[in-house]
Amino acid sequence: MDFGNILVNAFGELISPTTAAYALAALGLAVHFGYSGLLNFGQAGFMAVGAYGYAISTLSFNAPLPVAVLVALLASVVFAIVLGIPTLRLRADYLAIVTIAAAEIIRYIVTTNGLTDITGSANGLAAFEGGFFDLNPFPPGTYNIGPLGMNERDFWIRIVGWTVVVLACLVVWLLMRSPWGRVLKGIREDENAVRSLGKNVYAYKMQALVIGGVLGSLAGIIFTLPRGAVQPANYATELTFFLYTCLLLGGMATVLGPVIGAMIFWVVLSLTQGLLYGAIEVGAITFLSNSQAGQLRYILVGVALMLLMVFRPQGVLGNKKELAFA
Amino acid sequence: MTGSHSNSSPDDAQAGTGSHAVGGAVTGPADGSTVRGSAVPTAEHDHMTDSQPITTGGTGPGCSKRDPIVIAKNVTRSFGGINAVDVEHLEIPRHKITALIGPNGAGKTTLFNLLTGFDTPNSGDWEFDGKPLAKVASHKVARMGMVRTFQLTKVMGKLTVMENMRLGATDQPGESLARALFKGIWGGREREITEQAEVLLAKFKLDAKRDDYAASLSGGQRKLLEMARALMVRPRLVMLDEPMAGVNPALTQSLLDHIKNLKAEGMTVLFVEHDMHMVRHIADWVVVMAEGKVVAEGPPDIVMKDQAVIDAYLGAHHDVDLGDSTGIERLEEELAHDEESVVGTENEGILGHGVTEVGGGAYAAGSAHKDEETK
Repeated sequence: MDFGNILVNAFGELISPTTAAYALAALGLAVHFGYSGLLNFGQAGFMAVGAYGYAISTLSFNAPLPVAVLVALLASVVFAIVLGIPTLRLRADYLAIVTIAAAEIIRYIVTTNGLTDITGSANGLAAFEGGFFDLNPFPPGTYNIGPLGMNERDFWIRIVGWTVVVLACLVVWLLMRSPWGRVLKGIREDENAVRSLGKNVYAYKMQALVIGGVLGSLAGIIFTLPRGAVQPANYATELTFFLYTCLLLGGMATVLGPVIGAMIFWVVLSLTQGLLYGAIEVGAITFLSNSQAGQLRYILVGVALMLLMVFRPQGVLGNKKELAFA
Repeated sequence: MTGSHSNSSPDDAQAGTGSHAVGGAVTGPADGSTVRGSAVPTAEHDHMTDSQPITTGGTGPGCSKRDPIVIAKNVTRSFGGINAVDVEHLEIPRHKITALIGPNGAGKTTLFNLLTGFDTPNSGDWEFDGKPLAKVASHKVARMGMVRTFQLTKVMGKLTVMENMRLGATDQPGESLARALFKGIWGGREREITEQAEVLLAKFKLDAKRDDYAASLSGGQRKLLEMARALMVRPRLVMLDEPMAGVNPALTQSLLDHIKNLKAEGMTVLFVEHDMHMVRHIADWVVVMAEGKVVAEGPPDIVMKDQAVIDAYLGAHHDVDLGDSTGIERLEEELAHDEESVVGTENEGILGHGVTEVGGGAYAAGSAHKDEETK
């Protein structure tokens, strides 16, 4: 068992673009659920809208990168508004039901055979990332981040992904310290009380839904770019639950919590994978095959989440005091 | 100052009572009255000592007021065949403290909900300060200066007391998404809001709690916070739904003073309350509801003697203080003369005896004590 290699792999996950995408999408959920109390169970749908919005506008319409990104973001804004209009006047649980259904609808639509020309059906779309890597200012070669070596493409996507995460965190932090953020938190606590103070609760909830959705959509783009492919199977309901895991791990109503949570999630997955495969390799574990070990990792992440909820229910960065009155 | 108010004719007074609340919503739009009163410093004096009649005609359910701030006509709301509210005509006098009383289920809170846009009536119109309010969204009602509190206190538990207060403030540009990112735009207003909140918190004796989570406050303190927060909106009409429920007696006195002060500051108060002492103490006008209808209204001392009110709500012996042993004795004595009462007949059960036993016991203890002293 090569512990050095296992640790390097774990570090690789820490800064991988997928982790950045998870962090962004979980940050969107923090805006929805942590700050506004909107129970959005369709964040995977927002990510799919972003990914497909970008891929389809690039492939079908030859749109340049900025236009494709804009189309993806606009699509998620429209998606948020369509979801919000019927549900935001109702109680939080209705939003949960509608969003989980809407995310599945999105996934089924892009899987439909009738739309194969546009969405690629179950196989998805590929070869749309050229525009992004054409912008790469780094010459070909090997780049090192810590102990990790990578080519210029991997380096570029990591730089872009984490820059977007940092900017998004900054914007969310600025918003949440403002009076606007205060109204949102008030709505999370008691929307009738906020209404009685003269605030248009519906408009605030809609704005929060759109902002969180846009973050999800950006996450979808960053998620698909390094893969060079977008496939409907990647945007199933379990993605949303993984995002909620990240959010709860880090702390719900915090800005950096979702980022830390996404990092913990992927590092734990990588470490357990490395250790389990290593143990199987040297014969320390004989009752598991490699593929079974792969499944066991998610069980272990679940156990980690349970332990966290028992011993630190506010998450890594959350405020214990806020929980004292829950 | 004294001259200006004693010389003013009723008409002047009406015009002058527009929206010049001291430190209040100066932004209030013109309200039908043509001339605005200018003497702001006299306002406080005026509202507290104003002894002009509240009504224009006779007193009775639905009577018209000299200067109403709210006029409701034919407001009805039914829940599955039951008429929760069926108010033909109701006017709330401006710059007065009006109490809304009535038995449980009389529709008091439903009427509150209807007037503030939290519920939609089956029919009816009502206006606030001359502006029709039917079908106006609740947050717009609040912005017009009609702010309510809730029977079940609503505070934002996971926000601090100060943040709760700031949330009540109006005209904060930082509450719009576009400007929220830039502290330069809203920082100045935020400081003003904080000062305003600190003054109010000090008044309500919550200044020591300013950085605590609202969820850590006691029930009574939450009532105070909710009322203080409503005042952050600088309303012209404050609607309090059972402000005294669950508040300890010492706090009750200060709450009463706060409510009186609201009037002094030029606000109109409408409150629902079951505590008759409080109603008698501070209300200028009492509206009695039963089964959704206004059954009586008038000054408190007159309404409380109204036979319909006594039958519907107060009960024949509402003057008796049952917490006091002499009160119970007096009630027993009264009941003994009452032909319909069981006291004094063989069916009296524990009613008569229970009290006598307690009284006897107390007497025995007292005499024992006396014996010791004489030794």
